[in-house]
Amino acid sequence: MPRREAPEINGGSIADIAFMLLIFFIVATTMNVDSGIMRKLPELSDDPPEEIDQIKDRDVFDVRINYKNQLLVEGKSIDISRLREKAKEFIENPNNSDDLPQKEEIDVPFFGVYPVSKQVISLQNDRGTKYDIYIQVQNELTAAYNELRDEISKKQFHKPFDKLDEEEMKAVKKIYPMRISEAEPRRSTGGGS
Amino acid sequence: MGKFGRKAGKGGSPEISTASLPDIVFMLLFFFMVTTSMRDSTVMVKTDVPSATEVKKLQKKSLVSYINVGPPLPKYQSVFGAEPRIQLNDQFATIDEIQQFIVSEREKKKEYERPQMTTSLKVDADTKMGIVVDIKQALREANALKINYSTRKK
Repeated sequence: MPRREAPEINGGSIADIAFMLLIFFIVATTMNVDSGIMRKLPELSDDPPEEIDQIKDRDVFDVRINYKNQLLVEGKSIDISRLREKAKEFIENPNNSDDLPQKEEIDVPFFGVYPVSKQVISLQNDRGTKYDIYIQVQNELTAAYNELRDEISKKQFHKPFDKLDEEEMKAVKKIYPMRISEAEPRRSTGGGS
Repeated sequence: MGKFGRKAGKGGSPEISTASLPDIVFMLLFFFMVTTSMRDSTVMVKTDVPSATEVKKLQKKSLVSYINVGPPLPKYQSVFGAEPRIQLNDQFATIDEIQQFIVSEREKKKEYERPQMTTSLKVDADTKMGIVVDIKQALREANALKINYSTRKK
């Protein structure tokens, strides 16, 4: 039986070393997957804000949250569970009704000339509003856009929005652009901040 | 010698080889190294973020700077009070320091990466919007426009 010159190193302790490293990494690192709602803030410019007055009243979906965390949509107080459906109806304007946003015929790739609504959602909150409620409202509005985008993607491309390729996504986004305008909130009318 | 001893011993079930144990542990180790990220700062405020359904995962963690907002943890409350405070890196900060913070974060990154920088707002669900609005205004002034409201998936 041939024998090696140098004696073999005992490999039994490799497991111990690896365990030590493993425990170090478990302790020193975090596992949390950071996720959240993405938003883009408007640029700060000296020019007066975009002609908000020139936008017709019917094109604006007015959402307000007061310091008591109550929701006022288009002048009516509603429950947050109905916000999504209201927003969807507003953005899409399925029956071309007169008090919902007007549409403009725009040439969109893949879709041809498509009536795109000129919707703007105006979100106004109070300094005393609870952050949780604000996020819920943001979430519902995002959901409204996402659902509409999903619906049209399924109709046109037969797959959900997030499975589309970049060009198709751009086209869908052109039809339903996310326009959420946030006015600077008024001073708290009570409750304190 | 040992080999002889074993052979001579009782003829029970053979020992299970542990030679593959290191491999298994290394596999676990690599899994943890890949899926986790280094704990960067100790959180000194309570950030119980709200939950939402329409969340997106944050890409490129190295390009994200975090702003924590919430009431200080009990052990800091004697010094800093119970009102929501802002935490940048490892210390409490005021609104005015945010701009400075963003600029210094930006300088750490490479030129071409800067447009993709995102600011993640980890705000406690019970905070009032006033402080968040001030932070957003400060971020606009610092021209850090991509933000992410950190939320848990519902």
